[in-house]
Amino acid sequence: MTAPAAEPKLASRAPDVAFIFKKALISALVALVLFSLMIGIRTEAGPAGQLIYLTRFGELAAVVAAVFGGSIVVELLRQWWGPVGTIRIVPPSVQRTLAVARRAIAPVLLIFTFLVPVIFYDQRYILDLGILVLTYVMLGWGLNVVVGLAGLLDLGYVAFYAVGAYSYALLATNFGLSFWVCLPMAGILAAFWGVLLGFPVLRLRGDYLAIVTLAFGEIIRLVIINWQSLTGGPNGVSSIPRPSFFGIPLTPGDDGLAAKLGIEFSPTHRIVFLFYIILALALLTNWVTIRLRRLPIGRAWEALREDEVACRALGINTTTTKLTAFATGAMFGGFAGAFFATRQGFISPESFTFQESALVLAIVVLGGMGSQLGVALAALTMIGGFELFRGLDQYRMLVFGLAMVLLMIWRPRGLIGHRAPTVFLQHSQAISSDLVKEGHG
Amino acid sequence: MDYFAQQLINGIVLGSIYGLIAIGYTMVYGIVGMINFAHGDIFMIGGFIALITFLILVSIGLTVVPVILLIVLLVSMAITALYGWTVERIAYRPLRHSFRLAPMLSAIGMSFVLTNYSQIAQGARVKPVPPIITGGYTLHEGSGGFVVQLSNVQIIVVVTTIVLLAIFTWLVARTRLGRDMRACEQDQTMAGLLGVDVDRTISMTFVIGAALAAVAGMMYLLYYGLVDFFMGFVAGIKAFTAAVLGGIGSLPGAMLGGLLIGLIETLWSAYFSVEYKDVAAFSILIIVLIFLPTGLLGRPEVEKV
Repeated sequence: MTAPAAEPKLASRAPDVAFIFKKALISALVALVLFSLMIGIRTEAGPAGQLIYLTRFGELAAVVAAVFGGSIVVELLRQWWGPVGTIRIVPPSVQRTLAVARRAIAPVLLIFTFLVPVIFYDQRYILDLGILVLTYVMLGWGLNVVVGLAGLLDLGYVAFYAVGAYSYALLATNFGLSFWVCLPMAGILAAFWGVLLGFPVLRLRGDYLAIVTLAFGEIIRLVIINWQSLTGGPNGVSSIPRPSFFGIPLTPGDDGLAAKLGIEFSPTHRIVFLFYIILALALLTNWVTIRLRRLPIGRAWEALREDEVACRALGINTTTTKLTAFATGAMFGGFAGAFFATRQGFISPESFTFQESALVLAIVVLGGMGSQLGVALAALTMIGGFELFRGLDQYRMLVFGLAMVLLMIWRPRGLIGHRAPTVFLQHSQAISSDLVKEGHG
Repeated sequence: MDYFAQQLINGIVLGSIYGLIAIGYTMVYGIVGMINFAHGDIFMIGGFIALITFLILVSIGLTVVPVILLIVLLVSMAITALYGWTVERIAYRPLRHSFRLAPMLSAIGMSFVLTNYSQIAQGARVKPVPPIITGGYTLHEGSGGFVVQLSNVQIIVVVTTIVLLAIFTWLVARTRLGRDMRACEQDQTMAGLLGVDVDRTISMTFVIGAALAAVAGMMYLLYYGLVDFFMGFVAGIKAFTAAVLGGIGSLPGAMLGGLLIGLIETLWSAYFSVEYKDVAAFSILIIVLIFLPTGLLGRPEVEKV
């Protein structure tokens, strides 16, 4: 069976060289025009303050050559890969192993995460990175409620993160409240803002909803920047208190936790403590989401995502359904924000730009919109990848943008496929078990 | 009153720029049904290309201002149009029949790429240019010493906008391309069956939108005398607001929305607070969508099951 399939491929290979070459040449030409002025010329402020320009034809030639080469490589890859949409049949034995691996990955990952502070106790960098990844896992899971479950595209999620962070920072610095008192308050305040945003956008859907949430996120950020008397404006809020262990501070003094336990003080204790706080918060988010999913409200969210009109026809109150989704998602964003503030000790509006929203949304979409495990893996990949490119510094966002475009083209449904609704009609039962079981991650 | 008249002039000029960008949004939304997030950055690229062309022309000794302006306009339109085409080709065409969120995320990614690309290529600093066109007319001298002025730059911005809009309206209403575009907007499949090259038409939509955004970028450069790599984001959202305000999919609506947003922003800055002018623009977006989801000139959307 394989021989006839291979033959046309071989036959069509001969004239392809000219085609590939032509295509690469066109790409290079387009690139030459595109980059001629933007890369070939560099504008700089001259000695007298006026703009002067320098030519950079070397770089221009390099970029155009890279496009030429890249185009050939892409075209060759495409031919080698075969036509898009070919289904590769995996033997059942491999499929079974994969299914086992998939089922095992969540518990293994969880146990590993629990052990990270033990294994990497001396490596501060890895612990910090772990905390960062977990923060984004939590944000991803929070946004997943809104985007993945209820299907409401939210581009301003960072607003709730900001509300949580500023709630904690301001309550703690002005009234001296502790982290554990402020944490629920931050969540409640963020949920309140979620409802506030939810009301006006109830009638909107799709892209309109996206743009309004984006505008909302920007409004919150602009208000934070400009309301200087309350928020400190662009200078932010500093010396935000650190969390305590049930009232016992993690300080080197006599009343510190280390002294009480009779062990030697180490600054790493606080990092480990923070690690477990965010892990607990993230797991709480996950657990609540999984439980809510089995309640009528969770079912209503999924129904809303699938078809809003049908939802209304069936008598589901779309107003409360949408508002609860916004409020729940926002609450977790608020928790994460409060944690962010206490971890950093300093917050400023710069941390709450649209880029953050886009990053969290990218995590959710990459994770497959609704899959809890997928979101965790996507957060690990994204933030880990971000760290890998730390050395490239200014190219980081460029690579991030490119990665977003390429991933959308390659896997529009995310790394781990689209999550099917939790409940099925009888005929949909044939769907493989790995899709159905994901919710346990 | 004089103060108000002056702000009115400023608002109309700013509104023309927004309107030119908004047309790109509204056209793309009308045909492909997606928000082209990268459009604001296309506008920014247009501004940069205009700046660089201008610098080159001045350095080779060209001094005739109208000639400079014409060359800058054409070069900037041509190259930026190619940017629009490339963005569509790379980031949107492969996702044409993908699920709803994919093109939007791809567009956000593309917007990051363009922003950071120009930051890397041209640096993060604001690029100022000396005023290219100087002079103007004093329309009215008030008793309090306040003068209402209409500068030549403002005249050029408004006149260029009107001329381009006339050309553009003719293009959409009278040419084969315009007819194809309207056909694709109504029903892509049917248009394709009737022999319209849908892919080409969509490409051309992006090209035209980008060319108009390039003009807006150049006008911005002339009017404010500076460009920077981040100006596309806020201008993009405001132009999108304008498109929504005018009724998305409607071309005169985009221009009307642009003018209104420009006026509101200018008057807000003049009478209330400059710091909150963006908040005002974004709040208007939200208010419009709540009370007037179809915009001023838009058609109501039919809900299909």
